[in-house]
Amino acid sequence: MKVSVTNLSCRRGEIEVLAGVSFSLDTGHTLILRGPNGSGKSTLLRVLAGLAPATSGTLSVSPETIAYAGHLDGIKAQLTVSENLRFWASVFGTPDIDAATSAFDLANLLDRPAYSLSAGQKRRLGLARLLVADRPVWVLDEPTVSLDAQNVARFARLVQDHNAGGGSAIIATHIDLGLARAATLDITRFKATESGDGNPFLDEALS
Amino acid sequence: MIALLKRDLKLALRSGGGFGLSLAFFLIVVMFVPFGVGPNSATLALIAPGILWVGALLASLLSLDRVFQLDFEDGTLDLMATSPLPLEGVVAIKALTHWLTTGLPLSLAAPVLGALLSLPNDAFLWMFVSLLIGTPALSFLGAFGAAITVGLKRGGLLLSLLVLPLYIPSLIFGAQSVTLIMEGLDNATAFALSAAISLLSFAIVPFAAAYAIKVNIR
Repeated sequence: MKVSVTNLSCRRGEIEVLAGVSFSLDTGHTLILRGPNGSGKSTLLRVLAGLAPATSGTLSVSPETIAYAGHLDGIKAQLTVSENLRFWASVFGTPDIDAATSAFDLANLLDRPAYSLSAGQKRRLGLARLLVADRPVWVLDEPTVSLDAQNVARFARLVQDHNAGGGSAIIATHIDLGLARAATLDITRFKATESGDGNPFLDEALS
Repeated sequence: MIALLKRDLKLALRSGGGFGLSLAFFLIVVMFVPFGVGPNSATLALIAPGILWVGALLASLLSLDRVFQLDFEDGTLDLMATSPLPLEGVVAIKALTHWLTTGLPLSLAAPVLGALLSLPNDAFLWMFVSLLIGTPALSFLGAFGAAITVGLKRGGLLLSLLVLPLYIPSLIFGAQSVTLIMEGLDNATAFALSAAISLLSFAIVPFAAAYAIKVNIR
């Protein structure tokens, strides 16, 4: 699915962080977002996922086509791994979780309660949700945090499979995933320059 | 939707938090009243419907901040907002789960505890019915308060202040529909109004609360 974004501005709280963001992403390709901490990667991804409204500009995809994964995995500690995954599978109307479990090697963890998982295992469970969601555009915010090298490679392969199957992905990450069909976008150049809108306190704080 | 209901019930029963806590709190409040007021059964009978209603109200308030806060903190609320589930439906299911784990057990326990307060025989049935019909409003109105305060750390105080005034009509008409029966009068008006508050909250709260959540997760 093709994703195009034109002249998008977004704010975090009362402060405009990005302005004039424009890019276009072809079907089956991945866009890697780069930028230092606090440059607005997460804010942009939340706007793309439809969680926050854009202050101006247009985007071509509707939130119903997007599977979003943020910093938090939304895992319930009191449920087992399979209960967590099955819940999301039934929310998204996917009949089984086998593909998701095998992709992230979760088969031998299925009956473990989620509170006993390590950070990396939790992240794998969180990412497995992308496969049960079965949506054409992935919007991922630092998906490789707390994954080991082997699982980063596994994740990169998965993104490539997703691309090969006609899916697109927009990923904010600091590491090199080594993807074949990927473009990189440095978002620091979209940093909003204008400070505030005549609000004296804001202008003072930013000067 | 059904999956969400099942999951939330499982969570409520497994963590033991919401379910056991409200019921235990209700039990404690009602059991302490005879010690405070004295064993005079005429006095106790007079205040019994009010005490049971106030107890139920406070007990349901106790677990309200968990309705959305836990899902907000672990990111589930973000993911649900991007899932095919309509947020209005999520709110309705969450409020229903809250009622199934607080209002329903409280309604069932109230007649039993009524015996401790020398509730007259003819009032037992109405005590149960008035709570059964009235407490859903407590869960739904409470869910609205919880949705407004979801992003706030330690939002419990603000939540109570927001929700308590909304609870007052339910309390008045709920308790009245039992007291009137005890006085040998017709309680149709009080009971109908109590039911109307519940129905009104079903109709309005899911939409209002879903909108509040959308604003809060920005």
